[in-house]
Amino acid sequence: MTTEASSDPTRRDFLYIATGAVAAVGAAATVWPLVAQMNPDASTIAAGAPIQVDLAPIASGQDIKVFWRGKPIYIMNRTAKQVEEARAVELSSLPDPATDQDRTKEGHEQWLVVIGICTHLGCIPIAHEGKYDGFFCPCHGSQYDSSGRIRQGPAPANLPVPPYQFVSDSKIQIG
Amino acid sequence: MSGPSTYQPRPGVMKWLEDRLPIVGLVHSSFIAFPTPRNLNYWWTFGVILSMMLVIQIITGVVLAMHYTPHVDFAFTSVEALVRDVNFGWLLRNTHAAGASMFFIAVYIHMFRGLYYGSYKEPREVLWILGVIIYLLMMATGFMGYVLPWGQMSFWGATVITNLFSAIPIVGDSIVTLLWGGYSVGNPTLNRFYSLHYLLPFLIVGVVILHVWAVHVTGQNNPAGVEPKTEKDMVPFTPYATMKDLFAASVFLIFFSWFIFYMPNYLGDAENYVQANPGVTPPHIVPEWYYLPFYAILRSIPNKLLGVVAMFGAIIVLLFLPWLDSMKVRSSRYRPLGKRFFWAFVVVCILLGWLGGKPAEGIYTILARFLTAAYFAYFLIVLPLLSRMEKTLPLPNSISDDVLSKSDSSLGKTVASIAVVLGLAGTLVMGGLQNAKAATEENIPASQQWSFAGPFGKYDRAQLQRGFKIYKEVCSACHSLKLLAYRNLADPGGPSFTPEQAAAVAAEATVKDGPNDAGDMFDRPGRVADRFVSPFPNEMAARAANGGAAPPDLSLMAKARSYERGFPQFVFDFFTQFQEQGPNYIAALLQGFEDTPPEGFTLPDGSYYNKYFPGHSIKMPPPLSEGQVTFDDGSPQTLAQYANDVSAFLMWAAEPHLEARKRLGLQVMIFLLILSGLLYFTKQRIWADAH
Ligand code: FES
Repeated sequence: MTTEASSDPTRRDFLYIATGAVAAVGAAATVWPLVAQMNPDASTIAAGAPIQVDLAPIASGQDIKVFWRGKPIYIMNRTAKQVEEARAVELSSLPDPATDQDRTKEGHEQWLVVIGICTHLGCIPIAHEGKYDGFFCPCHGSQYDSSGRIRQGPAPANLPVPPYQFVSDSKIQIG
Repeated sequence: MSGPSTYQPRPGVMKWLEDRLPIVGLVHSSFIAFPTPRNLNYWWTFGVILSMMLVIQIITGVVLAMHYTPHVDFAFTSVEALVRDVNFGWLLRNTHAAGASMFFIAVYIHMFRGLYYGSYKEPREVLWILGVIIYLLMMATGFMGYVLPWGQMSFWGATVITNLFSAIPIVGDSIVTLLWGGYSVGNPTLNRFYSLHYLLPFLIVGVVILHVWAVHVTGQNNPAGVEPKTEKDMVPFTPYATMKDLFAASVFLIFFSWFIFYMPNYLGDAENYVQANPGVTPPHIVPEWYYLPFYAILRSIPNKLLGVVAMFGAIIVLLFLPWLDSMKVRSSRYRPLGKRFFWAFVVVCILLGWLGGKPAEGIYTILARFLTAAYFAYFLIVLPLLSRMEKTLPLPNSISDDVLSKSDSSLGKTVASIAVVLGLAGTLVMGGLQNAKAATEENIPASQQWSFAGPFGKYDRAQLQRGFKIYKEVCSACHSLKLLAYRNLADPGGPSFTPEQAAAVAAEATVKDGPNDAGDMFDRPGRVADRFVSPFPNEMAARAANGGAAPPDLSLMAKARSYERGFPQFVFDFFTQFQEQGPNYIAALLQGFEDTPPEGFTLPDGSYYNKYFPGHSIKMPPPLSEGQVTFDDGSPQTLAQYANDVSAFLMWAAEPHLEARKRLGLQVMIFLLILSGLLYFTKQRIWADAH
């Protein structure tokens, strides 16, 4: 075996490469569970199921904040004036152009549902504040309008609209 | 880690770095060029195996800490949530738990190797002492880690071990209070144990570095016990020792994986699947197997203080070993008497381990006293006397001579002796544990044929569904199933209900939620994310409604109940992967009711006679009767069928990832066999050049 090994370098190389490769595969496979355990666990995922919110108690001009998947969601019953303002804006003047129609559901125009997390660095903007009758972020002064669109300040994008639909006229399901 | 480095960095970045921090040179001289005696046998591979185990324990431990809650109210459930919900949580936990045992198996082999070959003798005294310190730290770490899951054995183990310090005169009680941070083992105790359990492994790493440093200063001992004389006696650490160590580590991983994937509960105590209860001590408090010899020494001495002194003394005496045994010849190979006494000492240790698991009574106590005396006599009388009197055999001239004189591979011999020693030790120790649990003459539940037994076991979906029906219609009136969520009913590897069916089951339950905007608690229908709703709002209500005995939670019942299998059955159990005591017991219990207790047995009022219940008097009335639950799939509606189905369902409830575990186990086993084979041949090729 001794002489055979040294006189046959290719077979020896193959053995070394195969051993190294198998060991490398094993090491990589070992890392997988150690990384995968950091992802949300089954109970967290299950708790992130859709929620239903009753809109009946929210009067015109008022808003509520609900939590879904740990994120604050603003549900705002906008006044006719707020809707009008939101729709009157010139799209080209917006940093992140989007129509109010796209950001609300047809037939339920007065309802604005947005994730209340500033797109700058994640603070929670305050509703009914700022120059645009929408939201104002106290952290670095971003201003959002009554459609939750960014108008002024360091934030790059509009407040995102979460997935939701109307189950009835006075009930929505978020998620 | 000693001497000038032979490392010659190439000009460029490496040279630049080497001039500023010679770390590559350090690694090169310590682990690559480091000269290793060429006659080392496989007993010498355990140093690397131990390093591997330390790394595995630290990595899995750090990860487990990401999911663990050190609080008396949440510790137990957070461990269970980790096992059930976290991705690969079961794998991480099994690895860490079995890893502790593997660590100790390896350290005991390493220590006995040092003892046999005289590795503690001049000039390696400091090396040995550092090793004993590591061992002490390991014991402390292992003990505190065992407390963290906050099961019954955790709690009572913590109570008993901390109370050892109360034996110290005058200040004992104050020390115990200090350790507890309270008037009993409680939340402060758990918190500090968690903190220390996280800290100590890093201290171990520190001492291991010193240990490795010391071995690099003195060089390794070797089976011949003669110091190397010429270059010919040595081979460079890499690749020779490295490959041999890697091969051995890979084989060790196969052994380790057997426990992780197939026998996760073989080394643990069923009692630890019951949450800590400060009001009830389990009938037999048994420490983890690796403490048993010292536990036996503790119990063998009838005086509290002296018992504790003897127990600690049994470890402390190891520190003085280099001076107790002053014989110049190191290796027991050349000490005919020393060798015999060494093996006698090994037997004494194993027997002490066996006694540590036995009840402390009668003949066992006498035997334990005798063996305790033998243990100390070995160190304090035998070794000093032998060093003066023994006539040793002639030593080989050099390591090369030793290699030439027996060119046959030592692998077979080593493997065989490891197997024999492990087998013997395992047999006795596990036998002792089994016996300690055998309270009285119990009826042993019959072993059923379970679809989930063995390496390829799978749950029978239809059986789980039937079992769930029985739980829902019968058991759930009194027994909670708190650790299960409704969503689990639709999980893969379970009863495989559809998500809609699981949602329907959930919706039937009423969940207390709130407070709402008005500050009131309110009822709502359950959702799949909810955990199973318990039949009683709290334990007191459960107790009050059931004649004073609260019906236990069933989530872990199939793992929390066990019975002794007796010798030699439990030895075969290791190979057949028998883990089904729990379901066997539940099935037997459900069918074990008898209308009239046997002659001479007085049944307390409000109790029922059950053949399999410990003590035979059970508060639960016979829960199941023929035809009580209707099956849609045509299965016989008999008591035996009911009992088996509900037991299988409870097994799944206790071990929901059993199928994933066995599936991954098969893949890992195949992989490790291939890897070990490749490493073996690679090692052979490399060593072929050295001979
Ligand atoms: S986080 Fe809102 S403006 Fe910076």
